Amino acid sequence: MEKKAFVHPYIPNSVPEVREEMLKAIGVESVEELYAEIPDHLRFKGKMNLPEAIPSEYELKRHVEGILSKNTTCKEYLNFLGAGCWQHYVPAVVDEIVNRSEFLTAYCGGTYSDLGKFQARFEFYSLMGELLNLDVVSEPTYDWGTAAGLSLRMASRITGRNEVLVPKIIDGDRLSIIKNLCQPETMSHHIAVRFVDYRKESGLLDIEDLKRKISSKTAAVYIENPTYLGCIENQVEEISRIAKENGALFIVGVDPISLGILVPPGDYGADIVCGDIQPLGMHILCGGGQSGFIAFRDEEIYAAECPLALYSIAHTDQEGQYGYVEVLAERTSYGLRDKGKDWVGTASGLWTIGAAVYLSLMGPQGMREVGETIIQNANYAKKLIGEIDGIKTLFDSTFKEFVINFDGVGKTVKEINQALEEYQIFGGKDLSKEFPEFGNSALYCVTEIHSKSDIHKLVSALKEVVK
Amino acid sequence: MKDIKLKRYHGASWAEPLIMELGRKGERGIIPPKADQEVRDTVGEASSLIPSNMQRKEDANLPEVSQYHVLQHYLRLSQETMGMETGIDIGEGTCTMKYSPKMHEQLVRSDKMAALHPLQPEEHLQGILEITYQLEQFLKEISGMHRFSFQPGGGSHAVYTNACVMRKYHESRGELEQRDEVITTIFSHPCDAATPATAGFKVITVMPDANGYPDLDALKAVVSERTAGIMFTNPEDTGIYNPRVAEYVKVVHDAGGLCFYDQANANGILGIARAFDAGFDACHFNLHKTFSSPHGCEGPAGGAYGVREELAPFLPVPLVDFDGEKYFLDYDRPLSIGKIRSFLGNLECVMRAYAWIMSLGADGLRTVAETSVLNNNYLDKLLMEIKGVSRPYAEGKRRLEQVRYSLEQLKEETGVGTEDVRNRIIDFGIQGYWMSHHPWIVAEPFTPEPCETYSKADCDYWAAAIHQAVKEAYENPEFVMNAPYNQAIGKIKDPSVAEDPNKWAMTWRAYQKKYRKKERE
Amino acid sequence: MMKKNLGLIVNPIAGMGGKVGLKGSDGKEILQKAISLGAVPQSPARAILALEKLKPIRDRIQIITYPGQMGENEAKSLGFHTQVIGSIVEGQTTPEDTENAAKEMLKRKVDLILFAGGDGTARNLYNAVGDQIPVLGIPAGVKIHSGVYANTPANAGNLAAKFLSEDRKIRLKEAEVMDIDEEAFRQDRVSARLYGYMKIPFERNLVQSAKAGSAPGEAASVESIASHVVQNMEKDCLYIIGPGTTTRGIMEMLGLPNTLLGVDVVCNKQLVASDANEEMLLKIVDGRKAKIVVTIIGGQGYIFGRGNQQISHKVLRSVGIENILVISTESKLLGLKGSPLLVDTGDLEMDKKLAGYKKVITGLNKYIAYKVAY
Repeated sequence: MEKKAFVHPYIPNSVPEVREEMLKAIGVESVEELYAEIPDHLRFKGKMNLPEAIPSEYELKRHVEGILSKNTTCKEYLNFLGAGCWQHYVPAVVDEIVNRSEFLTAYCGGTYSDLGKFQARFEFYSLMGELLNLDVVSEPTYDWGTAAGLSLRMASRITGRNEVLVPKIIDGDRLSIIKNLCQPETMSHHIAVRFVDYRKESGLLDIEDLKRKISSKTAAVYIENPTYLGCIENQVEEISRIAKENGALFIVGVDPISLGILVPPGDYGADIVCGDIQPLGMHILCGGGQSGFIAFRDEEIYAAECPLALYSIAHTDQEGQYGYVEVLAERTSYGLRDKGKDWVGTASGLWTIGAAVYLSLMGPQGMREVGETIIQNANYAKKLIGEIDGIKTLFDSTFKEFVINFDGVGKTVKEINQALEEYQIFGGKDLSKEFPEFGNSALYCVTEIHSKSDIHKLVSALKEVVK
Repeated sequence: MKDIKLKRYHGASWAEPLIMELGRKGERGIIPPKADQEVRDTVGEASSLIPSNMQRKEDANLPEVSQYHVLQHYLRLSQETMGMETGIDIGEGTCTMKYSPKMHEQLVRSDKMAALHPLQPEEHLQGILEITYQLEQFLKEISGMHRFSFQPGGGSHAVYTNACVMRKYHESRGELEQRDEVITTIFSHPCDAATPATAGFKVITVMPDANGYPDLDALKAVVSERTAGIMFTNPEDTGIYNPRVAEYVKVVHDAGGLCFYDQANANGILGIARAFDAGFDACHFNLHKTFSSPHGCEGPAGGAYGVREELAPFLPVPLVDFDGEKYFLDYDRPLSIGKIRSFLGNLECVMRAYAWIMSLGADGLRTVAETSVLNNNYLDKLLMEIKGVSRPYAEGKRRLEQVRYSLEQLKEETGVGTEDVRNRIIDFGIQGYWMSHHPWIVAEPFTPEPCETYSKADCDYWAAAIHQAVKEAYENPEFVMNAPYNQAIGKIKDPSVAEDPNKWAMTWRAYQKKYRKKERE
Repeated sequence: MMKKNLGLIVNPIAGMGGKVGLKGSDGKEILQKAISLGAVPQSPARAILALEKLKPIRDRIQIITYPGQMGENEAKSLGFHTQVIGSIVEGQTTPEDTENAAKEMLKRKVDLILFAGGDGTARNLYNAVGDQIPVLGIPAGVKIHSGVYANTPANAGNLAAKFLSEDRKIRLKEAEVMDIDEEAFRQDRVSARLYGYMKIPFERNLVQSAKAGSAPGEAASVESIASHVVQNMEKDCLYIIGPGTTTRGIMEMLGLPNTLLGVDVVCNKQLVASDANEEMLLKIVDGRKAKIVVTIIGGQGYIFGRGNQQISHKVLRSVGIENILVISTESKLLGLKGSPLLVDTGDLEMDKKLAGYKKVITGLNKYIAYKVAY
């Protein structure tokens, strides 16, 4: 094997002399002897058919940059896509901190050697708790969909019931994630997912339908606020009351950046809150900035049924000093394997630190102001677009996303979006297949990053495109 | 080991308050953009756009801290984190704590990666789709499998994806009601047992035989027409490669079950042995372990999930495909399990894995594997010379990329257990080691994995630190039990906080309620 | 800091029979025979091995013990603060001395009683203190079937030291007190009885450094196992529920009275028989569909033939070995450290049939495939 030395910067012990020394210390002639346990018939004989290596860092960088340059970015084009991955401003300090080597590369070090990691996480839980008005926030999972699915499973275990109610207006992808977590019907712990209708004019939950569908089998009523299509659900107290009267838990999925101006779900009776922290300082990263959270009441049964890791602050032997301990560690799959609560694994930890820095920078005023700017910009765009001939906007209330209907212009969303590309604009997400009942519609997202002129640019492009 | 001088290390210690205790009312960390005057004039006050019962009445009780001090605070916290790069992180076995090239981070941060929306038209994502497609080709070659999905957001998530694919496969054949049992082994990662349970399967765990291999007779005794499949690791977390793995696969196949290969421990077999060749139907890789993505305080992570042709129809949607001219997202897969994560997965991890493999090529990957095995056997030589350290199972058999050792003898002779030693070695400037997943089949375990990143000198230093801690344990056990000494904080006083609802405080607001109230009274 | 009180009882004659092949040392004659054969006491040396491990916390504990060879000698030889209570006749200690010592320690509310002996000693402890205070055995007897002993004397000391020093993650668990009829044993007949349960410290290290023990987890495991059995109960099928704390979970879930040390029979979730003996069992199951639910009894891994002899080979034959459910918490199964589950029904043919692999139920829809031997 060691005919030709392959010395690589990532592999210090690729230096032949060192290898010889180590082999000698071990007492073998060659590395091959160390593979004695892998029988011949399982050995891969040939050389893997991979491209020629580019060991030079500079050349490799040029190579990858060359490929990446084929992407068009949301800075080159004006972007109005959202639908769960939202373009917000990422403060420079957030980038500075999440790219710190210590945070970027840490893993499972304990409370003593990785104290800063634990403190930053605890600050994340604490700041989120303030935003949500709840006392417990979990370690993150992969995304909102997983957080919602795990929350529903928690509710099923807590109540001992196996049916959940979710709004008919829900992201199809998120629903698919939830349904996978709720298992197919034939399985013994299947949780039936039933839909609550919406009111056509407002896009909000149809309370009468909720009353019809809720029963003593209902483990949880799940709603989202703002809804998937951007509306502000205002019947929350009533939904909460109906859920509780029927012994079901009330679960709310939220976009946390709305909570500088919207009522925290803890105030309207949410038992479990879930959502995605991506808007709190994470780049859109082609969907790589997603990070689901679960928060709930500070009651033992909730903590005991939560599958994700939970940490508590703890006193040390020195006055006024804190460390951190894992709460009820044994309940997780790390503690009990198949007998644990669902499963836990490496997911999106770094983004909790990003969100902690974001919320620290924003403070109470910043969170209020960013919410105000978003809601004003979005409603401004919605108003101007709604005034274009042939275009309608659906529903009354809007936080940052809204539905545009193009039925009156005789073009498909796909055609319109293609035409918008000529104006260097990414139009909204096509809903025509996901929600055929809304006809030829798209979901547009406007945030604090859009200036008045950006909005005007979209409006005038749309005017041209729908002509 | 006698000539190695251990560092007089001390962890950074800033006695940093919590961010909630910093700043003064009115301070600002950042000022968000304001809506334009014309915008505001047109739509009115924000409050007028919110139903009155939905308006937040009081601002969130967040800290008010100037930008410099927010930065300073989190810089200090980062310094109080040893992470992987400052301490020699040989100890976290099964985690493959390898170097994550910094150049990758420059690319991840660039707009061409960071400012992409996953729902952009395919024409505008050609670069990242090409990279994803190419990485799939690489992993196909490395594993022998036929299709890969990068949607899973971590290793356990990929294993969960497999449970969903097994479920869908049997469902599509009308056999799901009959095939409701998944088999795993106790030395496989907990997710191999936990995720099929979450997916609705009954789970049967096979214990090791006297040599530490999964008990083949036990497997034969429990496979049946109820078997949906097996999900296990090889080498298992003990570092022992099971040479008869193909027989296990055959036993399960003969019963009509599927075989999933958890490849969290793949670093020692890249280019050496392939999942497909041992007969497996599916496998996964951790892009954040084997393929250099940084672990990021436990994510964002990447799970690459690969299958044989027969299982490809069940993979999550969309898959990335190439029509000869352009890359596209294939949603037209009617048998798919659907989604297990939003969008396309953590493509930043995909990009890093692509770059890492391109830097090394086929020979380089083999060198990675061989070096990790060389390092491990070298470290093993050093550790086995230390009194009180033992290596259970499979006497005389070589371990691959990691070993599960036991400090049982040390514990019995001194009362000092593995957790104490773990707390002591961090005082020498190396990261605390990973003990073992639960349950502890190996008593007082620790599991180092000196992957290719580490030099001979790193291995020497690490072994010397263990040697020192063990020596101290024999001389003065209580000294080791009270470790660590050179860290930012002292010893946690009351571990019952972890289990007592009246004592635990998972947010600062909960802490205020439970503790500060008492102080005030 | 308040000093912790450690009760120490050394049964000076435990283990004397073993070295001279006498299988136990209960009873005066046997003891004298042992001494005449040159037996020397095992327990003092074992007790010292354990006490050595308490030296690091010597200043934080006080040992309360009985005079001379029953603990005073060992405690004082290592320089512990020692308070001696009670009185004995040196060289002629009796089981009553052990019981009196334990009772006195219970009265003084010691934090833990550490005792050196064998199964007989454990029984004496059980008679005196039941499950009212934590105890821990230093293995010194010839035969140890009881689960109240640490695996080695040193580990008994280590565990006691951790339990008595603060900040340590130790909980309590229930463990069996078992004893074999020594007379039968010497005649090569084994007849072990389950006498009851005592509370012992229990250490289970977990991932987090500051993680506390796992007593709540044990309770949850037992409940989950019970769910599995109860949810899968078939109509009109008899369920013979063997003794033990794990099987007790099933009866609790059904809301039925339970015989902890005996065998109950259930059908359609109603009690059919309580504390049934072999004869009753044979009568009840005759010609009917039945299943047997048993768990591991004692530290050696027996599922048949120790503590549940009522479920005899005749009963097994009548019910059919395909109708056996073995249940166990994972921790108890793993506590066997890889050694197989054991059967000793007194019928070699039956034992052979029972041997092989069993899907042991460890939770709702959770199993461990485990080896059974005889």
